[in-house]
Amino acid sequence: MKKIDAIIKPFKLEEVKDALSELGIEGMTVSEVKGFGRQKGHTEIYRGSEYTVDFLPKIKIELVVADGQVDAAVGAIIKAAKTGKIGDGKVFVSPVETAIRIRTEEKGDSAV
Amino acid sequence: MKKYYLTLALIATTAFGVTTLRADDTNAAAAATNAMATATNAVAATNGPVAAWTTNAPTTEQRLESVEAYFANSDPTAPYTDTNGNWTVNFALGPSIINTNLVNSTGRYVSFPGAGHNAWLLASTALVLFMTLPGLALFYGGMVRRKNMLSVLAQCFLITGLTTILWYICSYGMIFGGSGGLHGGATTGAVNVWGMAFTQGEAGHDWISGIMGSPKVCWMFNNVTSAPNPGYSYWVSENVYAMFQLMFAIITPALIIGSIAERMKFKAILVFMTLWILLVYNTQGHMVWGVNGIMNGCWNPDAKIKGLDFAGGTVVHMSSGWSGLVLCIILGKRLGYPKTPMPPHSIVMTYIGASMLWVGWYGFNSGSAVAGDVISANAFTTTTLATAVGSFVWPMWDWVVRGKPTVLGFCSGAVAGLVLITPACGYVLPSGAMWIGIAAGTIPWFFCYKIKGLLGMDDSLDAWSVHGIGGMCGAIMTGMFARQAANPNLATNLSKTVTDQIFQPQLWEQLKTVGVALVLFIVGTIVCAFITKALVGLRVSEEVEMAGLDISEHGEVAYDFDTK
Repeated sequence: MKKIDAIIKPFKLEEVKDALSELGIEGMTVSEVKGFGRQKGHTEIYRGSEYTVDFLPKIKIELVVADGQVDAAVGAIIKAAKTGKIGDGKVFVSPVETAIRIRTEEKGDSAV
Repeated sequence: MKKYYLTLALIATTAFGVTTLRADDTNAAAAATNAMATATNAVAATNGPVAAWTTNAPTTEQRLESVEAYFANSDPTAPYTDTNGNWTVNFALGPSIINTNLVNSTGRYVSFPGAGHNAWLLASTALVLFMTLPGLALFYGGMVRRKNMLSVLAQCFLITGLTTILWYICSYGMIFGGSGGLHGGATTGAVNVWGMAFTQGEAGHDWISGIMGSPKVCWMFNNVTSAPNPGYSYWVSENVYAMFQLMFAIITPALIIGSIAERMKFKAILVFMTLWILLVYNTQGHMVWGVNGIMNGCWNPDAKIKGLDFAGGTVVHMSSGWSGLVLCIILGKRLGYPKTPMPPHSIVMTYIGASMLWVGWYGFNSGSAVAGDVISANAFTTTTLATAVGSFVWPMWDWVVRGKPTVLGFCSGAVAGLVLITPACGYVLPSGAMWIGIAAGTIPWFFCYKIKGLLGMDDSLDAWSVHGIGGMCGAIMTGMFARQAANPNLATNLSKTVTDQIFQPQLWEQLKTVGVALVLFIVGTIVCAFITKALVGLRVSEEVEMAGLDISEHGEVAYDFDTK
């Protein structure tokens, strides 16, 4: 099992969700985050004050998939989330020790 | 222990109230008797033992003239008096608009209030209250950080109640009564102040004539009734006028909040505002608006400085703006200012507040005509023009100089327009209002954008740049653009200073007014601030400031995002 963390642009969420659905991956956890990499922030003007805000809003998607599905899932995410412009985001893959479904207490791949 | 003190306070307040009520009853009866007696005596003394007037009934001609006075906003008693001001008819012999039974503060017969004029002032009063609650509360509230939103709302409401209580006790009389004013100069009789009797004449005198009124005048709202007080209006009930002016007295200290937001103790605000209202606001109000005020150029022929301030450019805006500046310097900057970003938490709230301020300000400006007449009509027009132009010009400067027109710019421009036109609205023509609007979108903008940063003080919500500087500019431009054609009352006392030119003598009078006012505001605020500091301290602790005033001083959270 592997965990996939994907940081994407917020308006790309629906596309990525649909792309993963087509592969049969139905479950994921989504959170609103802020961050920056190479994409520059923006400037805010309020009367006498000017602030440069470095952080940009992003969406983080977390999902755990069986080893066999990792490549397909990562590929689908990248294809759906790409715009070609700076700030598209990143995907991270890390190993997972166990997964357990709370309702049935199943373990392993069947819990994912 | 706390409950014990609270109970004692409750008992004390009730006892106080009961004593006061009894004093009122005595005074009302005494005043009514005195009113009749004085009027009769005055006429008898002039006309001799067989007074001809005792057999004259009001004629149809006189009654018609009296009613025509309603439309002209002039004196309805004029047809019934001779050149010495003595009555020439016996009102018991026939109907008229003059009501001999109306108890009022002057001891003279007055007419019934005029329906239209009174109605406009009633509406204006509600509009001006609306400016504070919730207009200013939201305008300022939206500009502070989320953790301090409730503190702004609380401070606005605190000031509303506090000012009203002081108003009832003595503030109204301190501004609008006094030597020669019609609250005690005219009649004899007793005023009961906590068991001590003062003759009306003695109680009616200012502490410093024409400058600082006396709290003894209109103590506990003595004799302020639904009858008009001809010192201020022939047709508007005095209690309506008092409530109208109360709303001005409320919004002025509330404006100061803009300078000291996010770091002043609630206790300190309570103490400071009490002192400031009594010492600073009441003094400026008396000088500029009191019947015998030394800077009341329009109405006081003996005014030392012929100042013009139609709706409160100096009394409300200059006072709050400059006092805010002094107080924010004494308080010190917010932690982290200016490096830490402290953007407005909700420009939406600010926008809603600014819009409410504009609508409410019609009551503030047009209502200051104290009538629904040609002057209130002109004031409404000039207010609209200056505000709209101000709201247009400010974001244009943002666009040209800084790259984008901002919503905060629209809001600030509108408020600046309103501030600058305030002293001028009843005295200038529409063309003057347009120039004032352009100045409003430019000068306060420049102070916010450049000067504030150069000076380095933390005037959190720009009360000084917009109200202090704006009020000052408005007062000065009133001197430049006041025209006889705009307001026939200018001809009475100011025909020499309002000569229909830009650099007319009135401009010099306005500069003098502004100078005196500045001294009062700066010195007065320093005194009030240091007394407050000695009594309760001024600034919250670091922990409180970091956590936010809402949770620390009020135990509440403005927006609950956590509970599901």
